[in-house]
Amino acid sequence: MTLLKLSRRAALALTAAAGLAAPAMADVDFSGKTIEWVIPFSETGGSAKWANFFAPLLSEELPGNPTVVVKFMPGAGSTKGANWFQEQTEGDGTLLFGSSGSTQFPFLLDDPRVMYEYADWNAVMATGTGGVAYLNAEDGALFDGSANQLKDIPFIFGSQGATGLDLVPLLAWEMLGMNVEPVFGIKGRGDGRLMFERGEATIDYQTSSGYISGSMDLVNAGTAVPMMSWGALDENGMIVRDPTFPDLPSFKEVCEATDGCETSGPAWDAWKAFFIAGYPSQKIAFLPAGTPQDVIDTYTAAFEAVRARPDFKEIASQQVGEYPMFVGAGAQKATDEATTVSDEAKQFVLTWLKDAYGVELN
Amino acid sequence: MEIFANALPALGDAWALILQPIVLGYLILGVTMGLAVGVFPGLGGIAGLSLLLPFMFGMEPVYGLALMVGMVAVVPTSDTFASVLMGIPGSSASQATVLDGFPMAKKGEAARALSAAFASSLFGGLVGALFLTAFILVARPIVLAFGLPEMLMITVLGLSMVAVLAGRVPLKGLAAAGLGMMVGTIGIADAGGSLRMASYDIPYLTDGLQLVIVGLGIFAIPEIVSLLRQDRSISENSNLGAGWLSGVKDWFDNIWLSVRCSLIGVLVGIIPGLGGSVVDWIAYGHTVQTTKDKSGFGKGNVRGVIGPESSNNAKEGGGLVPTLLFGIPGSGSMAIFIGAIALLGSGDIEVGPKMLKDNLDITYSIVWLLALANVFGTLMCIALSGGIARLTTIRFTYLAPFLFMLISFAAFQSGQSFEDLLALFAIGLVGIFLRRFDWSRPAFLIGFVLSNPVEKFSNQAFQIASFKFRRGFETGMEYLFSPIVIVLIIVTLISVVFGIRQAKAIMAEGDVQSGSKRAPVTFLLIITAYLVVALLNANAIPDFNMTDKIVPLVVGGISLACCLIVLVQMMRSPEGDVVFADKEVAGEDADAPYGLWSTLAWFAGLIAATWVVGFIIALVGFLITFLRVRAQAGWFKTLILTACGLGFICLMAGALNRDFPPGLLQGAVDMPWPLK
Repeated sequence: MTLLKLSRRAALALTAAAGLAAPAMADVDFSGKTIEWVIPFSETGGSAKWANFFAPLLSEELPGNPTVVVKFMPGAGSTKGANWFQEQTEGDGTLLFGSSGSTQFPFLLDDPRVMYEYADWNAVMATGTGGVAYLNAEDGALFDGSANQLKDIPFIFGSQGATGLDLVPLLAWEMLGMNVEPVFGIKGRGDGRLMFERGEATIDYQTSSGYISGSMDLVNAGTAVPMMSWGALDENGMIVRDPTFPDLPSFKEVCEATDGCETSGPAWDAWKAFFIAGYPSQKIAFLPAGTPQDVIDTYTAAFEAVRARPDFKEIASQQVGEYPMFVGAGAQKATDEATTVSDEAKQFVLTWLKDAYGVELN
Repeated sequence: MEIFANALPALGDAWALILQPIVLGYLILGVTMGLAVGVFPGLGGIAGLSLLLPFMFGMEPVYGLALMVGMVAVVPTSDTFASVLMGIPGSSASQATVLDGFPMAKKGEAARALSAAFASSLFGGLVGALFLTAFILVARPIVLAFGLPEMLMITVLGLSMVAVLAGRVPLKGLAAAGLGMMVGTIGIADAGGSLRMASYDIPYLTDGLQLVIVGLGIFAIPEIVSLLRQDRSISENSNLGAGWLSGVKDWFDNIWLSVRCSLIGVLVGIIPGLGGSVVDWIAYGHTVQTTKDKSGFGKGNVRGVIGPESSNNAKEGGGLVPTLLFGIPGSGSMAIFIGAIALLGSGDIEVGPKMLKDNLDITYSIVWLLALANVFGTLMCIALSGGIARLTTIRFTYLAPFLFMLISFAAFQSGQSFEDLLALFAIGLVGIFLRRFDWSRPAFLIGFVLSNPVEKFSNQAFQIASFKFRRGFETGMEYLFSPIVIVLIIVTLISVVFGIRQAKAIMAEGDVQSGSKRAPVTFLLIITAYLVVALLNANAIPDFNMTDKIVPLVVGGISLACCLIVLVQMMRSPEGDVVFADKEVAGEDADAPYGLWSTLAWFAGLIAATWVVGFIIALVGFLITFLRVRAQAGWFKTLILTACGLGFICLMAGALNRDFPPGLLQGAVDMPWPLK
């Protein structure tokens, strides 16, 4: 897929959204219908929370106020649900699918279980998040904006697995020359934080909402020292400080200050590519392949109306964090960014996963 | 002390919040819905809460909490119906209840067993709430004291209950537990992602088998098939014996046992990561060990119901501690609960460390709503138990088709694929033969349930310990052998030693006669062959993924050794020795008018028809044929019963927004719900 093609499609979608949304709305009516929003995870995960938050709001804004129910189809690290969705061709708008970073990464890394193709689907909404890494108090005292004094310390990190979202922090610490040993097999970042609180893990990270609700207290109590955020993308695609954490340096700043860490070259490009795939557009809502344009436009308009609610920012901050919510063409662009990495970046990560953790994905 | 000074006014505020008619109304509504969902084996609180979620957005916080807490609290109470009446463990929290509850139902004491269970549940819930009211203020450091070595030891303590449930031949019990653990390792390993006894070509296996399916397969299917073969009612006496009052009296006579088991429930419940899977076994083991006359256990000793049931409701209270204090769910339903709380009101109640500081009144409301929900739920259950117990007097041939319907539906909910039904059937076969040859089914289930925690905690504790040892020998030893670990090791050792001594008295399968060598030896050889294949499979995992292979290798090796020793015993023992226990030799199974395979064929037929035409159409055919041919019912009765069964399942599935297993037909033609 070339860049030219991409931007043309984005432009097309934009015109469609801007020009056709209003007349198309009249044709699509969901009165008395039930819309199923399929989440490829269990009822207990972050994606469930995300879909349950949006479902009632979406129902209010769609024409005819259909019932929006969230259905769960967990299995095989979300690839089961995504493979199922790939087979669906109901273009009447009664089926919605929610993917997350854990669905994007196996796709990017050519996991053998992946039989889905993001390019076939129609993105209608995307939200992102950020992340913050922090250290225990003792070792945190050695952190001076660079990792130079942290290089000889062995760290323990409770990890959900090297091929998921934890890939981004693990690679970042590796690039900083730090010696972080992941303990695999925990079932959620909350468990990682608990391991840190018990003193068993000595380094941890949380996505933004988890950091604000759980780890900020540890920082205030002096038992944790924040190290860096992953940063955020500005409109030029450059990494800047995360606006949610303006006081924290981004990984880019820490890397620049640390001897031996480069903010260019294959490692950096790979890190940035996977950061973009995992965080700024972490969760995306899709309509199936072959959905007619007027249905897509109806959804785009509905999600735009959700975003435009006067109280949206307030109610969303707890659920999805204070990060931009992309709709329509913006969601499509976010999807393209989240599901394309260069071959070099992919090869770099695959080699690194194999060398560092013995993980082979095929 | 400051925090205690704040606690009393907060407690008062909490009561003021709760004791409003409208809040109590929501609570009772939640309890009623929880009861309706909880009697369904395998659905439980998660399905119920998901159903409530859409209504939580912007709801008045106390109303929403009352509704949700009401629903969560009553599930471990109402799932007792399935455990006692059908021998189906309704959820992981009531596995141990089956051991004595179901034999009581068979003796015609279902009402007594149910009301003893409900009284214990109620008491456990109240003790839990009382304990939490004071404890929640100081719980944080205690929860943090339970690191990986401590959790590993609690899991091992749970596993040590295998000793007491091992049956008459301890090695067979040990091998059954090992087999359970090996079945638990099937799928992608959590740590390194290696495949164990699975392949990417069969995606179903990569997720491993779900507890619902294994529980139904190991306990429910063998009992259903056996009762159906005998063509009688569950209760051996047509008139019900002791009524619900005597059950309450039983509980009162054992009130101190109930207190102790409640405390066990709260304490294990507060440790995040363990959940309900060990609580009831530890409580059951404790019950057995503190009872003088052990001969009645497994055959319907009411203490065996009181112990686990006191602990499992108390556990729900304990599970609130990690949920509210750390924002870490103690169970699946708690995870949804956390998500739902954030939807309530203006969204400013946030579960986590700030809960005690900012929302102590809400925290107390939750604790006491839980207690009140227990009271309401129990009263309703006791009121219902006399009537529902009559189910045990119905000729089982009329119950069985509906039970097959229920368990197939429940199994399908766990993975929502057709393979769920195949897995249920396969595990059911294993269960039938474990039962027939007197291999301890509870030991198998304990092994299965604890397989994942044992592997996870031992791997993680090992990694962190080696890290600590690199810092210094003393640091490492301090980490591994904390005072809590040492106490738990001692308790475990005592429990194993006493357990083995007592095991012979506790016959979970009843007094099984022994017969010829051929059948028991064949079954042993099949198990041995599976273990060998699983061991070779684990051994093929590359060494850099040692975390994925070490547990299957060790457990598989031990189980294989047990099997080989049993094999030697079998070769040297004469026919009729206890090692050749076989239910088909003598007793109710052997005397049954119907054969095993012809009975099982009905269930296989339902599954095969589902594969072709989907569940609902298959069910229509199955119910009509079964009732006409096997039950010899008239056309009128057949059609009425079929319509009732269909109506019931569609109503439940519709209300909970669940689908039915689709077949080839549904793949070819688009059909409306419920046919799709």
